Amino acid sequence: MDTLSAIVIATLVAGTPLVYAGLGELVTEKSGMLNLGVEGMMLFGAVTAFAVTHATHNLWLGVLFAAFAGAVLAAIFALLTLTLKANQVASGLALAIFGAGASAFLGKPYVGVALAREPSELAAWVSGIPLIGSTLVLLHPLIYLSWAAFGGVFWFLYSTRAGLVLRAVGESPASAHSIGYPVNTVRLYAVLFGGAMAGIAGAYLAVVYTSLWVEGMTAGRGWIALSLVVFATWRPERVLLGAYLFGGMTTVQLFAQGAGIPVPPEMMSALPYLATIVVLVLISRNPTLVQLNAPASLGKLFHGEA
Amino acid sequence: MTGPVGIAFPDGTPRLELRGICKRYPSVLANDQINLKVAPGEIHAVLGENGAGKSTLMKVIYGLVKPDAGELIWGGEAVAVTSPAQAQRLGIGMVFQHFSLFETLTVVQNIALGMTGKPDLGTLSAQIVAVSERYGLPVDPSRLVHTMSVGERQRVEIIRALLLNPRLLIMDEPTSVLTPQAVERLFETLRQLSDDGCSILYISHKLHEIKALCHAATVMRAGRVTGVCDPRQESPRSMARMMVGADLPVCRPSSIAAGTERCLVVDKLTRAADSAFGTALDQIDLVVHAGEIVGIAGVSGNGQKELLTALSGETPIPEKGRIELLGRPVGCTDPLTRRRLGLCFVPEERLGRGAVPTLTLAENALLTAHDSGMVKGGLLNFGAITAFTHRCIEGFQVKCGGPDAEARSLSGGNLQKFIIGREVLQKPKVLIVSQPTWGVDVGAAAFIRQTLIDLRNTGTAILVISEELDELFEICDSISVMVKGRLSKPIATAETDLTEIGLMMTGLSQRHDGHAAQRGSGDRQ
Amino acid sequence: MKLKLERRVAPSQIMQYLSPLLAVGLTALTGLCMFIAMGKDPATAFYVFAVQPIENLYGVGELLIKASPLILIGLGLAVGFRANVWNIGAEGQLTVGVIFSGVVALHYGPQGGSWVLPAMVVAGAFGGMLWSAIPAFLRTRFNANEILTSLMLTYVAQLWLSYLIYGPWRDPNGFNFPQSEPLAPSALFPILIEGTRLNASVLITLAAVVFTWFILKRSFVGYQLQVVGLSEPAARYAGFNGRRAVWIAMLAGGVASGIAGVGEIAGPLGQLFPTASPGYGFAAIIVAFLGRLQPIGIVLGGLLISLLYLSGEAAQMTLNLPSAITGLFQGVLLFFLLGADILITYRIRVIPGTVKLKKVTA
Repeated sequence: MDTLSAIVIATLVAGTPLVYAGLGELVTEKSGMLNLGVEGMMLFGAVTAFAVTHATHNLWLGVLFAAFAGAVLAAIFALLTLTLKANQVASGLALAIFGAGASAFLGKPYVGVALAREPSELAAWVSGIPLIGSTLVLLHPLIYLSWAAFGGVFWFLYSTRAGLVLRAVGESPASAHSIGYPVNTVRLYAVLFGGAMAGIAGAYLAVVYTSLWVEGMTAGRGWIALSLVVFATWRPERVLLGAYLFGGMTTVQLFAQGAGIPVPPEMMSALPYLATIVVLVLISRNPTLVQLNAPASLGKLFHGEA
Repeated sequence: MTGPVGIAFPDGTPRLELRGICKRYPSVLANDQINLKVAPGEIHAVLGENGAGKSTLMKVIYGLVKPDAGELIWGGEAVAVTSPAQAQRLGIGMVFQHFSLFETLTVVQNIALGMTGKPDLGTLSAQIVAVSERYGLPVDPSRLVHTMSVGERQRVEIIRALLLNPRLLIMDEPTSVLTPQAVERLFETLRQLSDDGCSILYISHKLHEIKALCHAATVMRAGRVTGVCDPRQESPRSMARMMVGADLPVCRPSSIAAGTERCLVVDKLTRAADSAFGTALDQIDLVVHAGEIVGIAGVSGNGQKELLTALSGETPIPEKGRIELLGRPVGCTDPLTRRRLGLCFVPEERLGRGAVPTLTLAENALLTAHDSGMVKGGLLNFGAITAFTHRCIEGFQVKCGGPDAEARSLSGGNLQKFIIGREVLQKPKVLIVSQPTWGVDVGAAAFIRQTLIDLRNTGTAILVISEELDELFEICDSISVMVKGRLSKPIATAETDLTEIGLMMTGLSQRHDGHAAQRGSGDRQ
Repeated sequence: MKLKLERRVAPSQIMQYLSPLLAVGLTALTGLCMFIAMGKDPATAFYVFAVQPIENLYGVGELLIKASPLILIGLGLAVGFRANVWNIGAEGQLTVGVIFSGVVALHYGPQGGSWVLPAMVVAGAFGGMLWSAIPAFLRTRFNANEILTSLMLTYVAQLWLSYLIYGPWRDPNGFNFPQSEPLAPSALFPILIEGTRLNASVLITLAAVVFTWFILKRSFVGYQLQVVGLSEPAARYAGFNGRRAVWIAMLAGGVASGIAGVGEIAGPLGQLFPTASPGYGFAAIIVAFLGRLQPIGIVLGGLLISLLYLSGEAAQMTLNLPSAITGLFQGVLLFFLLGADILITYRIRVIPGTVKLKKVTA
């Protein structure tokens, strides 16, 4: 395989968890909810996927349970912020801390355990497709699914009435409430979706990207996903772009190390984080741009009528 | 005529009847045994001052709020309105005082959101145009809302309500954002609706409007109904009596002539908008002398907010032109510098800007009056703070739980009195007040206006920005009009009237913006 | 029958103090349920968690020496949170504090001298301050969200320290373990109580408690920070400099974290490791919340979280539970705290059935 294909594939592979987590958080934020707990939900999803896949030898079951796990954590966030009217920033941080702690605790038995890589019937069938089969099979189905998710989110937000309602709720919950829309219910669904997607992102990391469980294995990807949404000015197609840019950055790191460039590995590992900061600064420095695109009610408390 | 659910109403039955509606909130009894009857096709006013409970009652009718007791009878049948969607199905429409529009969407998208089912946008646009033409409310369905003026947005709200073929239309304080001419147009629309058989509930505290428009009026005070009358037969005074319980207070006018010292001078001020949805300022010229009250009239959204933040220094953005305070240039300085020179100002938002809602009155006194001996060597002097707060509460008749009461526990009128008192006690040389009596009860409003007049008589230069033309005519020496970020030349109050100012507010007058007829030459439109 | 949340007329003062206690109680209850589910005897578990760690003088010393950095950082963060500035990167600022003071300790420590330790404290403070100045600058100049920038910098700082420990600072006599040389005696805080690891760094924390109380309660600067945090438009109206507030808020957290880092390497650790602390920078967030952003509360909160850390270690030894249980409980505690806080502004009412409207006979 030539270098370009290798880079492309590595980029897609590395960017996929960010696609899932970023799209999920995008939908959440479009409804006006700021959920900082993405890192925690991803870790919780990762450990769930690992445990379930290990027990059942079924990767898809693992992913399904991971989505559910992420949604459960998101439900706690929704309970705190929508019902108990807690501060969204603090609640999101609490979620991140809890997710990290809970996943570390639950994952202890799995440290050092390797998942058996089972040969996939689906992969065998796909590689049999003439002409494109051998190329298609290079990417894991979850990557194709992430593209489907992107398409779905895009269509939902801009072509459906429900998506319009979601955007309206995010812009002005008071107006939406006056018209008669159930603001808190809409937000609940948006938050749950974000949680499920974060869970899938974590699952991908634990059972596809690697086959190991390591404490804190997301290494900040949840926070990068949050930055991605800002960088994308809350547009799904830019989330996709940004996710792959960051994926590419991780790839560069691998190739540089492989090519023997004498840069300390820690410095290369620091690149994605530094890049995130740069990207945030570039977008945030234009307040008008942010104001026109960010959901106006992002992070603010909404009081429903008695 | 039949309503959307196909019910024909026999003569004599009220379209809407309320019996014994009660609604209690933790700190106040908003509605106490309210009875109301609206006949088909009748324009029925609900008259009351701010805080009387009118808005709560309307929310009960529209299904936003559930009453604690009482019955709602629609066309002779008792119903329980549990949501706005259900209210709409019954045939009740509402145009809110504060619009429920989404800025980043178009008119037709906004209206589509308010309707059940999935309306086809093309058909809907055609319907919008049809309704707008029928009732004289010009609107372009494909325009983005954030590009529209306040008056245009209100038209969208009305059309949105009309598209549902309502049999009862509730209008909540509709004219606070309109010029006098626009008010007339609105009245024509409402009269036509009434002729078509639609009942109208018209919420307002403006007596002359109700007299001009309405067939009947229910008067509310402090949560109760104090009277039902026919405004066409009543005098404004008798209606005011029912509304307030006493005669409306009148201000003692100023007796002293204005001074000559130019305390506040603004010269060709040009400034971009504060935010993406704001209005830019264009070549503003303004002079306020000592001992004079200058008023700026205008419907909100024409740059008043931006003018205030430019004068106060709250939002530092680049500007061209001069601002001088007592002869010193203060453009692009922060509020603290301007305060030290003798400027005080009262913003239009009480809670959240003029005062911090969760802090006590004493802590809020510290917000702007800290130079009056409250801070020594960086440390807080609690004795001085409390003393000042007491002076403010007593001197300005602020009804509250004492200096330790939270700001948000005060009623609108009392909080406004406190804020104005706080600024006045600092003995400013220049005072700028924005919307001094918005949302304030009649008694407090009169007190505030008298305070401003008294302050003027001590030699302070005062600038008042207000949407209430009556108020400006009552207290100002001269009035300018702000339209689309430009300010007209000031006209002495004695030499003009409501109609002329109203025309200027729509930008149609010749006296606007320097193409003025000569002042004092007696030459008038 | 329904439960309804009804807004109180005025926030309840009692609940301000009760809700942290309620949260602790609920967390303990959750823990008990967990232990029962895992087949551990609840009474033993409770003993291991709450009592065993502080049974003896050494245990009390451990409690205090762990609480010290938690309280110190918590104070610094509380100053920031009050102004609505969310410094989440305290762990990174602690790490850079360790790096800067590590330079002093490793280069000048062996030579000795009473100036070494104070120089380390200054260097650590400076390092933490520098690392928190970056998010402050990015926020005031470019409007970049400080939560994300300070967090990203935490990862960078940890990688930096890791590079140093695995590389140039690795102890040549350390059998290739990733650790630095042990710090020389002049680079260590003197022990206060014999038989414990309690050292003089707690005195710094004590001073910080008094200082912070003064600033927050009595000073005009503290008032300005509070207004900035409560209402940005009101702060602008008052002329309070929002940018200055951001700088003060971030630097307070940075200095506190940096010094806390020095306290770790010049104290119980005695040398530098790739991880500078067991997550004190994040745990201090919980301490700040538990303590209601008040100095006294933060002291109490710091002691509680410190106990949780010790409990985790005890649980690992005695109950065979992973020490990660500490992180789990921290998260649960924060959840309950945030949830219990609603009782300050709302009360719970029981509604017996719905009111039915009567039908009217025409």
